[in-house]
Amino acid sequence: MKLELRDITKRFGSLVANDHISITVEPGEIHCLLGENGAGKSTLMNVLYGLYTADEGEVLLDDVVQHFRGPGDAMAAGIGMVHQHFMLIPVFTVAENVMLGNEQTRSGGRLDLEAARAKVNDIASRFGFHVDPDAVVEDLPVGVQQRIEIIKALSRDAKVLIFDEPTAVLTPQETDELMGIMRQLKESGAAIVFITHKLREVREVADRITVIRRGAVVGEASPTSTDAELAAMMVGRAVELTVQKGEPTYAPSSLEVTGLEVTDARGAVLVDDVSFTVRGGEVLVVAGVQGNGQTELTEALVGLAAGTVAGSIRLDGTELVGRSVRGILDEGVGFIPEDRSTDGLVGAFSVAENLILDRTNAPPFVRRGVLQLGLRDEFATRSVEEFDIRTQGIDEPVGQLSGGNQQKVVVARELSRDLRLLVAAQPTRGVDVGSIEFIHKRIIATRDAGVPVVVVSTELDEAVALGDRILVMYRGRVVGIVPADTPRDVLGLMMAGIPAHGTEAA
Amino acid sequence: MSVDDSQLGGTSVAAPQHVGDEPPVRPAGTKAPDDGDRWREALRRVTSGGWAVSLGAVVLAVLAGSVMIAVTDKGVQDASGYFFSRPQDTFSAIGSAVGGAYAALFRGAVWDFRADDFAGGIKPFMSSLNFATPLIGAGLGVALAFRAGLFNIGGRGQMLVAAAAAGWVGFGVDLPIVLHLVVAMTAGIAAGAIWSGIAGLLKAATGAHEVITTIMLNYVAFYLISYMLATPGLLQAPGSSNPKTPPMADTVIMPRLLGAQYKLNLGFVFALVAVVLVWWLLNRSRLGFAFRAVGENPDAARVAGIDVRRTTVSVMLVAGGLIGLAGTTQVLGTVTTGFSSDIDAGIGFDAITVALLGRSTPFGVLAAAILFGAFKAGGSVMQASENVPIEIVLVIQSLIVLFIAAPPLVRAVFHLPQPGARPKKRARRQPKEVAA
Amino acid sequence: MSTAVETPSSAPMSTDLRRVAVVSAKSAIAYTAVTAAMALLLLLVPRDGDVRYRMGAEGDAVRLPDVALPGMAVAWVCVAIAALVSVAAWALLRVQRKPSVWLGILLGVVLLVAFLSWSGAGSQQDLPVTRLVGGAVLLSVPILFGALGGVIGERAGVVNIAIESQLLLGAFAAAITGSLTDSPVAGLVAAIVAGMLVAVVLGVFTITYKVDQVIVGVVLNVLVVGLTSFFYSEVLVPNAERLNDTERFKPIAIPVLSDVPIFGPALFRQSLLVYLAYLAVPVVWFALYRTRWGLRLRAVGEHPQAADTVGIKVELTRYRALLIAGGVVGLGGAFYTVVSVSSFGKEMTAGAGFIALAAVIFGKWDPVRAAMAALLFGFAANLKDMLSLVGAPVPSQFMLMLPYVVTLFAVAGLVGKSRAPAADGEPYIKE
Repeated sequence: MKLELRDITKRFGSLVANDHISITVEPGEIHCLLGENGAGKSTLMNVLYGLYTADEGEVLLDDVVQHFRGPGDAMAAGIGMVHQHFMLIPVFTVAENVMLGNEQTRSGGRLDLEAARAKVNDIASRFGFHVDPDAVVEDLPVGVQQRIEIIKALSRDAKVLIFDEPTAVLTPQETDELMGIMRQLKESGAAIVFITHKLREVREVADRITVIRRGAVVGEASPTSTDAELAAMMVGRAVELTVQKGEPTYAPSSLEVTGLEVTDARGAVLVDDVSFTVRGGEVLVVAGVQGNGQTELTEALVGLAAGTVAGSIRLDGTELVGRSVRGILDEGVGFIPEDRSTDGLVGAFSVAENLILDRTNAPPFVRRGVLQLGLRDEFATRSVEEFDIRTQGIDEPVGQLSGGNQQKVVVARELSRDLRLLVAAQPTRGVDVGSIEFIHKRIIATRDAGVPVVVVSTELDEAVALGDRILVMYRGRVVGIVPADTPRDVLGLMMAGIPAHGTEAA
Repeated sequence: MSVDDSQLGGTSVAAPQHVGDEPPVRPAGTKAPDDGDRWREALRRVTSGGWAVSLGAVVLAVLAGSVMIAVTDKGVQDASGYFFSRPQDTFSAIGSAVGGAYAALFRGAVWDFRADDFAGGIKPFMSSLNFATPLIGAGLGVALAFRAGLFNIGGRGQMLVAAAAAGWVGFGVDLPIVLHLVVAMTAGIAAGAIWSGIAGLLKAATGAHEVITTIMLNYVAFYLISYMLATPGLLQAPGSSNPKTPPMADTVIMPRLLGAQYKLNLGFVFALVAVVLVWWLLNRSRLGFAFRAVGENPDAARVAGIDVRRTTVSVMLVAGGLIGLAGTTQVLGTVTTGFSSDIDAGIGFDAITVALLGRSTPFGVLAAAILFGAFKAGGSVMQASENVPIEIVLVIQSLIVLFIAAPPLVRAVFHLPQPGARPKKRARRQPKEVAA
Repeated sequence: MSTAVETPSSAPMSTDLRRVAVVSAKSAIAYTAVTAAMALLLLLVPRDGDVRYRMGAEGDAVRLPDVALPGMAVAWVCVAIAALVSVAAWALLRVQRKPSVWLGILLGVVLLVAFLSWSGAGSQQDLPVTRLVGGAVLLSVPILFGALGGVIGERAGVVNIAIESQLLLGAFAAAITGSLTDSPVAGLVAAIVAGMLVAVVLGVFTITYKVDQVIVGVVLNVLVVGLTSFFYSEVLVPNAERLNDTERFKPIAIPVLSDVPIFGPALFRQSLLVYLAYLAVPVVWFALYRTRWGLRLRAVGEHPQAADTVGIKVELTRYRALLIAGGVVGLGGAFYTVVSVSSFGKEMTAGAGFIALAAVIFGKWDPVRAAMAALLFGFAANLKDMLSLVGAPVPSQFMLMLPYVVTLFAVAGLVGKSRAPAADGEPYIKE
């Protein structure tokens, strides 16, 4: 089935998410939509899938104009989608998830679970893998959950398949397997839309590439283009991601983590026997595919871990395990959380209030339980200037600032304290290029002041640029700790759980 | 196959960067949204409409009340029997029924235009303020919890235990004047705080939702107080078999503020003090900062070193104390001749509507409480003189809150402008602050 | 390229997270605590004399003899059994296993018998076992319908605090319609409609206008109390004979079943509405777990966005669920005016809706468990009457308090972990 999008425009208020986008996808073709986060790819696909209604333009299947009022219509027309955030009901079984919305019933209105099981087995075997139809989805690993999404789409005879950032949660190996499945689908005649921002994947499977930037098509590229060409199209200008930094000058302070273990309420060991040391004046980057225990590791470092924590975290000899968040902050630990809008900021609070959010336990901003508003505002005005926070004023709710400026508020707050350790999780996620450079600079400045710095990043480039050493995590364990100049293919393998010395798994 | 060196581009080439000004949108439902999140969103919706919407809601609710009065009025029913021959009769009957009822309401709530002098004329308003007194305290208790993202439906139980504690000290203990009042009030406020604190503790320790626990605690308190009222030696008046306490001692009764002819008593002053204290607490103190931070974003509060659990308990303690104040002023100021298990008189639930109407700000609560106090005062006059059952006040009150909670509905009815559709960025509205 | 500094091993690492077993000691502790509490009661407040259980009922085909036993002795034997159960729970904990449901039920039954035997010891009155069971069933009817409605709504993602108002309006409508038509069936139908009416309002505000569900629920309760009380005073009282005097359902004895000793008269000499309740539980269970309607409803309650992406209309599904739930709750409201008594009174539901809400939570959002919880709460209410009959030294207020206390323990997670539908209470907002 041939898919054509013609002049699709979608606005949210004053923001134009899609600006007259036109693309065509032929049957038996993998068409790649390449663009940064926030470029408008997902919006476009939600229009195609009937989740949004386009303000202008039309969707055509085999040259017939479609009018989708909801995903049901899109599916009925033969469009299937593998969502970036899986659209599966966690407490349902695989079979129930696959049948949902497309149920067969037997006499008395009873659900025909047998038919659903058979369908799951049938489709799975076509692609050479096995899924237990009666397994409950939330108990399955993400890679398997994604396959259920694929089975779900295929069980409805989808002829056009959309993969929305499917590799974000996969290891390199799982990614390769997914690519295999996509090729198989293509050979069976499906039209495939593959949305990603990862250049390697694009060049590997794409037949055609359309690059989207700020809601508009900036051009088509051929799969033979170089990374540099693709990247330049994607960002609009060649960006140097190098951080000016000298050799580390070690200071006497240090963070020592030994045998750290975090176990959640259900008994899963999320951080498993992790040990490392960070010396004052160096940056240790914790790298790995998202969801391999990095989040839990940082939470444990600042006393936020949800589960039980065993092992030891010593900062200049002081044990941090078992202490409250407040106690750890008071030891001089600065923390930039990975999700600023949930964990770093109170969106409805003003910039000034957010700048003292974690400093309300002691003078100068609070005396005898009373807020010192004058001092607070003075401090806020100074920070806004020093950290170049673009805001209408210190009383503006922080939620109205752009991502980069929000992040600068967090960074300003954390770096304005006397630090003995800085823990920064994904410090530049969702931040504009200018702010990234600024934040990187400040992190390096902190390191150069002799503070041990732990940075968690899933972006290999950031890891290599910022780190003095890189620790790779996989399934809660340390795969290895290597110097920052380690070759990328070695780092990639480590992220898949294969240690640097190892022989490659088949 | 090997992971090739250019997987993510070389150092000289762009890495995937994020250029857009929009923070990445996390689609709803990707992870089980945590409890607090949606509560806060919902509460914010309710508390962030405009004042025009509030006014519209009041007008709509009063209109609905008029319809109820009209259709149940004998005169209207008679006149509508011959509607097609003399329609004007029906309309004038409606006019006199509704007009009479609201005139009575006004006469009972604001100004008695039949009185001879100013002192008599203002009497209803004083009575309204007296009815407003417990609504202020209880409304503040609910509003404060709202601001911290907690839903305190336990007003009834908290008032009951507070009334019991204050009442017990009030009739059962011999103390000199002033000291007696201080001790009784302390006991009442503490009892309310503890009862509400149980819900806070349960939430902090086990995550039990405060909506459920406070509802359950209402009934536990009710039966507990009923038991005590029926048990000689606890709360029951000696020598009586009624489930009622003896009258309060003279040493503990709150003096009337403006002479014996007005019911308004010292409790009103305490309520006003509470308004100012809560305003100060929320806007100027560290504790209030923590309350609001936890209410707006408990995750960020936790990361910032604020102990969310302890804050939850403190919020509920303070909220319960405020509601306890309401229960205390009831038994020591208004119903001083002894009370039974209906002493809460629905104030615990009224408090929720007061807090919502007052947009959870201290001065908003004050205004809303006076409005609802006026409804109550006027409602009883309306019942006495026009035979309109006082329950109509419940209907009007609940309709006001329903309409306020759905601003689009009110705006549609009155053709007010709908606020522009915001981009899909999570629209965080301005916090609803009362500036001094 | 051998630059690795710290490399634990060179083999590929396992792809699975390590897991450690987690078994909670909660049930064992709870068992021990209640057993100890019972023993303490027996020790501190001993009572003399026999307890007499009346096994028969009037009109039994086979009449069992009454049983008289020494109350304290029976109670102590029961406590001993309970102690054994507790020990078993601890033993199971040592081998990392959870005690089965049956162990819990056994514990509950023996402690109940202990309590009854202690209460009835030395009393001049018999303890009528048939009424103990039959009364419990009868009193649990409105709670059960309320809880079933609550389960349906919450499974679809709508928290219904307004069960109380649905019961009340149902009772009100049944009273008027039943009186006007002299037909209890017409009253029943009117009650269903009334329940649905409240559901529509709840739906408009929570689903369409996305107002917080708890707020709307709380407010609806006040609104319906106001409306029914207003019209009761204005309309029903002046016209009591015409508008507020219903024909009630007569008990129907089911042949054969009603002759079974003890349980026959208790369970099968009831009125139509009770039999409907028996039927409603399996029907709701089947509908929720075995039909397309139920699958979609639960999907909408767990993950509305996912349901949307497979073409399920979230808002429509929720409206439909609310309407059906409202009808079910309305049925329970009819209990008050066409089964229990024959006229409406102000606020006559007296918090049954909140007990139903408690049953929903205590029953972990499952229709069968919620029905069991409703039965338990009905039993507690009935036990109050039974105990005052035998003159037991337990204040009635404490029996009435029991459902609420039990629910407090339940939500605090002291009687097993409960997990609400993930999107319960959350309005669905398309991004």
